[in-house]
Amino acid sequence: MMGVNEKRGSAFPEGGVLETPKKTLFQENWGLFRKNRLAMAGLMIFVAFFIIAVTGRVLTYGRDPYFNPALVRLQEKLRPPLSKPNLETLKPEEVPRLGIYLFGTDDLGRDVFSRMFQGSWVSLTVGFVAVGIAVVIGVFLGGIGGYYGSSQINLGSLLASVLLGGGIIGILLGGTAVGVLMVLLGAAVAAVLIRMGNSKAKRPIPMGFSVLFLNLFSVDVLITGLIDIMLCFPSFFLILTVVALLPASIYTIMIVIGLTSWMGAARFVRAEFLSLREQDFVTAARALGVSNWRIIFRHMVPNAMAPVLVSATIGIATAILTEAGLSFLGFGVPPPDATWGNILSNGKNFLFDAPWLTFVPGVAVLIVVLAFNLFGEGLREVLNPKLRER
Amino acid sequence: MLAFLGRSLIQKIITLFFVSVISFLIIYLAPGEPSQIDPLNPIFTQEVLERFRKEFHLDKPLHVQYFYFYRDLISGKSVSWKDNRPVLGKIYERFLNSLPLFILGTLITWTLSFPVGIHAAIRRGSFYDRSTTFLAYLLISIPGFFFAYMLIIFVVTQFHVPVIGMETFGISSTGWSWLMDRVWHLLLPSILFGAGGIAVLSRYVRNQMLEVESQDYVRTAKAKGLPADKVHYKHALRNALLPFVTMFGLILPGLIGGSVIIESIFSWPGMGRMAYEAILARDYPVILTVNFISAILVLVGTFISDLLYMVVDPRIRL
Repeated sequence: MMGVNEKRGSAFPEGGVLETPKKTLFQENWGLFRKNRLAMAGLMIFVAFFIIAVTGRVLTYGRDPYFNPALVRLQEKLRPPLSKPNLETLKPEEVPRLGIYLFGTDDLGRDVFSRMFQGSWVSLTVGFVAVGIAVVIGVFLGGIGGYYGSSQINLGSLLASVLLGGGIIGILLGGTAVGVLMVLLGAAVAAVLIRMGNSKAKRPIPMGFSVLFLNLFSVDVLITGLIDIMLCFPSFFLILTVVALLPASIYTIMIVIGLTSWMGAARFVRAEFLSLREQDFVTAARALGVSNWRIIFRHMVPNAMAPVLVSATIGIATAILTEAGLSFLGFGVPPPDATWGNILSNGKNFLFDAPWLTFVPGVAVLIVVLAFNLFGEGLREVLNPKLRER
Repeated sequence: MLAFLGRSLIQKIITLFFVSVISFLIIYLAPGEPSQIDPLNPIFTQEVLERFRKEFHLDKPLHVQYFYFYRDLISGKSVSWKDNRPVLGKIYERFLNSLPLFILGTLITWTLSFPVGIHAAIRRGSFYDRSTTFLAYLLISIPGFFFAYMLIIFVVTQFHVPVIGMETFGISSTGWSWLMDRVWHLLLPSILFGAGGIAVLSRYVRNQMLEVESQDYVRTAKAKGLPADKVHYKHALRNALLPFVTMFGLILPGLIGGSVIIESIFSWPGMGRMAYEAILARDYPVILTVNFISAILVLVGTFISDLLYMVVDPRIRL
């Protein structure tokens, strides 16, 4: 008898009311995440790196920075790390702020510590902006591909968008007459489509115009085709080509890395959307008359973000590596500004005389990228119940 | 089966067409022209420039240039703008140089990552598992060029052997010492080539193996008292290997991409370095051809992997 009572007691707590779980989803995930020591270390390094990079932005840029990364002291070149400056040969304003050369100096006598400090901001922004661009494009395209999936694109709207897009590109490139003509044509097709589309129910479409409503292929085919096309390019080679052909700037690199790495996010979001759109809350939202865009971005995207978050964290690591590789090959941020890649690229000429010029930036990139990877993998394990320790 | 082949063939040709258009547009619409590459060179007079532009159809509208370019490429007639040699011959020559690097690197990757991944999965949570996991992350995160320099410093100071280039410059000996010289030069870049692959692949093997190990039939095999080795290697491993058969197709694109940095550090006259030099010299035919070939390799690779999947996994047979 007792046993039965106990069993009932556990199934129905006091008062016979089921309690809601005490922990929110976030608390539960956080508890799991904290158990993963490597991932926690990754998160801490990530936060530290963030703080360092932001203070680096404040202290090393501007006209009279606190740590001057561009100050040349030719009499103090290639001093090893932790060496004391030779105070007799330096003007008072040339003495390093810390009193010693923490990471040594390079071949022009510039303080490697200040340069690393400055470079951390570049790495941080490249990582975040590039991945931000990639995530926005990926979520947008993947969401549309997954949500509209099987709805068809007709000839008219394809024609209109090709004409409009081609016309705008044409105008930007200088072919004004052709461009304007194309834009006007495109606008005309679009206008016809909208008029016909609205009045479709009332009267039949006149002959000749019905060609415009010929269905060609589905939205999903378009989006997956686009992903396949982008995956065909050898990514580092493509980035290298574009960066080499365009004028050198940090923004070019961010945009190019972003534009060539959105495919993963798009695939994840599309796959999530394919299952999400069949779920009840989407049907409910649609029944309430919520607009398609609002359903996609307010109701479905937040539910599809978990895998994107993971791939974005790892994407930041990849973007930082890519930027360092580009700087190393001599593309990217133009010279006076330091990045970890170009400090290393400089240092390779003094590999045996001044190994710290290779090791300091190399180890820095390694630690930061490692932290992002570990953090991302930890997130993946927490957010994916299948991978949890059983 | 035939329907699937036909459909995917058509799909891949369409994809290839768009890739060719996009890569062509990227290159030709970027600011600057190859004829301006060296404006201060006195040899480049206005007439020479005009002749240059005419010779390479740069004065024609874009779509005509596109047509000319891919006609020349497919008929094998396109020449490098830099030295007027046929592009395909040039690529083939460099391809032969890259091939040993690729083969050795791939061998290193595939022979090392399987034992490592399988053992990590079998001894899940052990010290071995945790240390290989950490090592794998380390290898994924280390910048290739930094790793290269660490290896160079290590090998040069410990073994006193030259490592840059394909062989020691001006070496005249033959036989054994020539072979050893080549091997030393080949070893470092191949290790670098394989290192990243080991990290990724061994993690993948581990996860795959773990998934299979949690299946019911593995538990049944354990429960009926089979020896552990037999359960792991006969029941679990065979099923875990399934996805990897398909990966043979996916290593094809590695022939071209991914070696730019390693080859330029080691002055290895391979394809990556050729592509890099072509970018610097704005040698459009070479850039576009490399791009085109690597797109073909990606498409052929996915096609092969689809086929292999159908062969080894009867569940997917269409």
